[in-house]
Amino acid sequence: MTDPRELYQQVILEHNKKPRNFGKLDPCTHHAHGLNPLCGDDIEVSLVVADGLVQEVRFQGHGCAISQASSSLMTVNVKGKTVEEAETMIAQFREMIRGNLDPAADPHILGRLTLFQGVKDLPSRVKCAVLPWATLHSALQGEETVSTE
Amino acid sequence: MPTAWSFEMTHAPALLDVAALRQDFPLLTEPFKGRRLIYLDSAVSGLCPRSVVERMAHYQLREHTNVHRGVSTLSQEATDRYEEAREKVRSFLNARSTKEIIWTRGTTEAINLVAQSWGRANLQAGDEILLSAMEHHANIVPWQMLAAEKGATIRVIPMNDAGELILDGLDALLTPRTKLVGVVQVSNVLGTVNPVKALIQAAHAKGIPVLVDGAQAVPHLPVDVQDLDADFYVFSGHKLSGPTGIGVLYGKRELLEAMPPWHGGGSMILSVSWEKTTYIGLPGKFEAGTPNISGAIGLGAALDYLKALGLDRIAAHEAALLAYATERLEAIPGLRILGQAREKASVISFVLEGIHPHDVGSILDHEGIVVRAGHHCAQPVMQRLGVPATTRASFAYFNDTADVDALVAGILKVKEIFG
Repeated sequence: MTDPRELYQQVILEHNKKPRNFGKLDPCTHHAHGLNPLCGDDIEVSLVVADGLVQEVRFQGHGCAISQASSSLMTVNVKGKTVEEAETMIAQFREMIRGNLDPAADPHILGRLTLFQGVKDLPSRVKCAVLPWATLHSALQGEETVSTE
Repeated sequence: MPTAWSFEMTHAPALLDVAALRQDFPLLTEPFKGRRLIYLDSAVSGLCPRSVVERMAHYQLREHTNVHRGVSTLSQEATDRYEEAREKVRSFLNARSTKEIIWTRGTTEAINLVAQSWGRANLQAGDEILLSAMEHHANIVPWQMLAAEKGATIRVIPMNDAGELILDGLDALLTPRTKLVGVVQVSNVLGTVNPVKALIQAAHAKGIPVLVDGAQAVPHLPVDVQDLDADFYVFSGHKLSGPTGIGVLYGKRELLEAMPPWHGGGSMILSVSWEKTTYIGLPGKFEAGTPNISGAIGLGAALDYLKALGLDRIAAHEAALLAYATERLEAIPGLRILGQAREKASVISFVLEGIHPHDVGSILDHEGIVVRAGHHCAQPVMQRLGVPATTRASFAYFNDTADVDALVAGILKVKEIFG
């Protein structure tokens, strides 16, 4: 079992306390709502995509520190990337959290998002970390709602 | 000369020997993933003592066949054990007759049975069902489904900030259209013990029957359905140190007799032909199909176990633990207890300023402390209190002050990590 301190690192706690890109883009080109009804995490992601680039991305909602920090760091990391790169990050983040991608050995473009790798040892929290990414994926795919429970 | 204090002590129930009874629960005495497990989650599900599991295993290995079938000695004895368990439940609730004790899968199924059988036969468009603001989803959703089907309305008895029902306006809420009152005896979130007897009297004064959700009450309080004059009383075995998948619907005989069957099938019929099928009487009318026989026998064994410990001693032990835990938790800066009812069972919901309950739960879990974090299947209670979720510690007869101390140390660690 991971020591909780390995997961609740300063960066995560800081993004939880002061989330970046918090709010809703209006108008936006893409939008989706992620809801985990059992634990109550609730996240809305809105984007402005133009010329194949994520020009703007914001999120709003409420949830635990893991879901809030994951949302905040996601927006910081996908902003300015191509839609293709964003989809690659979504897939790689998911695989890392599931323990199928080892950031130390496998190639990836996750950057600081590897902070969340400790979540793989907390099976009950995987859905919290992944929810914003699943919501971003839904938004890019043109789907309105998603759940990771 | 005896002082007032020593007078009280001589009349107080003897204390539970917690250290000894913990030996009945391997989860509490053996390391779980390398650490001592502190189980503060009995409101989610109680732990089964060894005697309950052994009784069920004995039945399953040495006594099992189907019940109410055939002429074999084995079948007769299985039926006898199964019906003895029903008698234990009757005695536990002080019901008049075992005909008033219907086995169900649990509280949820028992409420659905009443909604689908009694409710569909008795509700019409425009009728009202009165529920309380602190119901579990199990005592909300079945009524919403019925109300949608019938064009009926759900009305709600409000609660105050302390988590107590506001009964001043009850008279106005009990209208000529009110067909049923559904109320939880002990709130699973707040621990509030509701004055169900007074509520039942008020409803009966207007001829309205009352269903009491006793799921969280039976582990903590002695229940007497005749004294309460409850029309329906429901609970689950697993909150009461019994197994999952077994529960009870108590109903007054005249109500149950007038109700149509819910599930149809084997066991509940008198005769079946293509032209006409007739049903047997209580309790079998509501028990179609092969029942959860080992579950019923296990629940009977759980009642034996609790009776041997002494329900009064359990209540006294839990009351002392609740007082101790409340005092220690209240002393933690930034911690707020939700639910400050005067009458309260040993359940404490709390929030920590700036820290989400799931994070609290995860860090406590790492410390070997099992609590519940979430909305507790009572989202309207969360909305009323203006929080998305809470952390809840619930205390049973096998918990002690060392468990409370471990919880406090765990919460201090959460605060330290979150700065």
